Amino acid sequence: MLKYNDKLLMLVFTILVLTGPIILAPFGAGYPDLLQRFVIFGILAVGYNILFGLTGYLSFGHAAFLGVGSYSTVWMFKLLTMNIIPGIILAIIMSGLFALLIGFITLRRSGIYFSILTLAFAQMSYSLAYSVLTPITNGETGLQIRLADARILDAKNDSGSLPSTNLFGLEMNDTWRTTFMGMDLQFNVGFYVSAFILIAVFYLSIRIFRSPFGLMLRAVKTNQNRLMYTGINTKPYTLAAFVISGMYAGLAGALLASMDPLAGAERMQWTESGSIVLMVILGGASTLLGPVLGAGVIKYFEAIFSRINDNVLHEWFDILPGFLETFMVWIVHPFVGKGWSLTLGAVFMIIVIFLPGGLMEGANRIGKRFVKLKRGSADNAKTPAE
Amino acid sequence: MDAIFLQVLNGLDKGSAYALIALGLTLIFGTLGVVNFAHGALFMLGAFCAVVTRKILTLSQITLDPERTNFLGKPLEIKTAYVELWWGDVGTWMIDYSVLLSIGFAIPVMAIIGIVMERGLIKHFYHRPHADQILMTFGLAIVLQEIIKAFFGANPIPQSAPDAMGGAMDIGILFGFAEYAVIYPYWRLVYFVFAAVVIGGVFAFLRFTTFGMVVRAGMVDRETVGLLGIDIDRRFTIMFGLAAAVTGVAGVMYTPILPPNYHMGMDFLVLCFVVVVVGGMGSLPGAVLAGFMLGMLESFSSMNEVKAVIPGIDQIIIYLVAMVVLLVRPRGLMGKAGMMED
Repeated sequence: MLKYNDKLLMLVFTILVLTGPIILAPFGAGYPDLLQRFVIFGILAVGYNILFGLTGYLSFGHAAFLGVGSYSTVWMFKLLTMNIIPGIILAIIMSGLFALLIGFITLRRSGIYFSILTLAFAQMSYSLAYSVLTPITNGETGLQIRLADARILDAKNDSGSLPSTNLFGLEMNDTWRTTFMGMDLQFNVGFYVSAFILIAVFYLSIRIFRSPFGLMLRAVKTNQNRLMYTGINTKPYTLAAFVISGMYAGLAGALLASMDPLAGAERMQWTESGSIVLMVILGGASTLLGPVLGAGVIKYFEAIFSRINDNVLHEWFDILPGFLETFMVWIVHPFVGKGWSLTLGAVFMIIVIFLPGGLMEGANRIGKRFVKLKRGSADNAKTPAE
Repeated sequence: MDAIFLQVLNGLDKGSAYALIALGLTLIFGTLGVVNFAHGALFMLGAFCAVVTRKILTLSQITLDPERTNFLGKPLEIKTAYVELWWGDVGTWMIDYSVLLSIGFAIPVMAIIGIVMERGLIKHFYHRPHADQILMTFGLAIVLQEIIKAFFGANPIPQSAPDAMGGAMDIGILFGFAEYAVIYPYWRLVYFVFAAVVIGGVFAFLRFTTFGMVVRAGMVDRETVGLLGIDIDRRFTIMFGLAAAVTGVAGVMYTPILPPNYHMGMDFLVLCFVVVVVGGMGSLPGAVLAGFMLGMLESFSSMNEVKAVIPGIDQIIIYLVAMVVLLVRPRGLMGKAGMMED
């Protein structure tokens, strides 16, 4: 079972996630679409962290699993039922199998070779999804649900409008709105479904981190050669980690498709894989909370920055004299609105250069400094010269 | 037979681009031991050097011709480039040959960009793990391409080859095929010859100059060369500049074939990594060989006869080859034994 600290972490995490719509409302992030993205990409990042954070294998191909998950789910919507459960199950199975295949080949190499191999595999899946697999993926248009689809388990749909995704009748886009202290609070079904799944997979990831299996994965990261010299075959462990993180990605893809029943190949592009890496690094790889934090921060600022336009900028710099205002707007302009990627790239570079441990390390450093300050005044004389 | 010959030719121009970029990548990896994900961005920056040169050359004086009107009924604007105004025919010639002229512009610009990159950023990553290098250069690539997007927009900007090299020639006759059997654009031939010259130049530079000798020695054993009192760091920095310049001119010359857009670098980067891996990490001849080989394989697999047997093979052939090579012979075709074989 979990130790006291982990129980506390789990409890705080659960409360924070479930009260998300209330906590985030004052920050302008309390609307369902963004909240759903927070938790879904949180799941993705938690899963990626099991591979990258624990074993140190830098995969550049996780977007492929995301895509596989989305496609499987939308196919379930088309063929079986609009209930999301079969879709999610199929997505996890398919992405797991896919990860098993890719992992079996790519994990024969480590280091940059592994990165390049996964990159090649993901690019290959992306190209295939665009060209040969068009009957399955519907090519550039993307896979969508239609009125004429079979949906053999569902009741016949005579309404003439597309059915919406649901969980035993609870529709994903149902939102209960209320106003509290002047804030518009929106409690969305899709968000809560994803949130409960996030909490479950977060618990799973804590268990993995604390298990002997997790310890073995850390040993792989520290020194794989020494591990092999002691007679341990590391391949099953790394492969298991790869498959688990692939299944997490498939689950995230399934949820993405459940919120908006559409799957496109652009979800599999390698820049998408890159952005998964960004989330984990930004938050702090190989920490428990870091990846979720990183995913949240990136998705939040993506939403905020994309909304800022020149008018807003002019308002901000209104107090400055005219030419300085124009200059500041000119400077900031490329970083906001459509230029969000530029900010993302720049922030990412800064993080990798100055704070390789991500935001969690930053928080730790600040925390330590405070502790040091407190203690420093008390036992300054005792510190030996170094 | 002529179809096969045509595919060989088609493979040459793509292969030349792959070979040039992979050569730059390998130079950087072989000398500095850095995996440079921003290398595709250098290719893209080179291509945009050509765009900038053309923009500068075609800066125009606008005069109104009151005699004639445009379709809106307003006086017709006549644009005359300043260079044409000043130098007449020479100016016209300059605009026509702007792609070739921009090589002269691109080499110093790209070399400076490369040196600044190495001194400013990559220098600090020699002792960090490869993963950190990959991530930092990946971030840099995003930043570079987004800056270009902010200045030049997201749409491709077509560039034309000089008129004299614009058309296509009936190359088949030279090799004894029937008339019009093998028709090939001039510019692609130019590109191939250009690539061959650049590659030959780089190899000659490394083999026949003292500077090149020191660099090669440094690639084998950096520490010993340093102990002999040679400032190997400075030479490696210059090599980074050289690699950037090679990649940049590869981009410049590629503009008439592929209109430059901001993400062309990323598109080429993945393929060129594959090329480097197939050729052997750190092996210069391997990179060139693999570049041409994969370019040709790609063009062969895009033949209709091949696609009829295995649909979609043209999209994935390069990746398939890379996987097979990595699994069967991880050091690559011409890589040294023990080089990054784990």
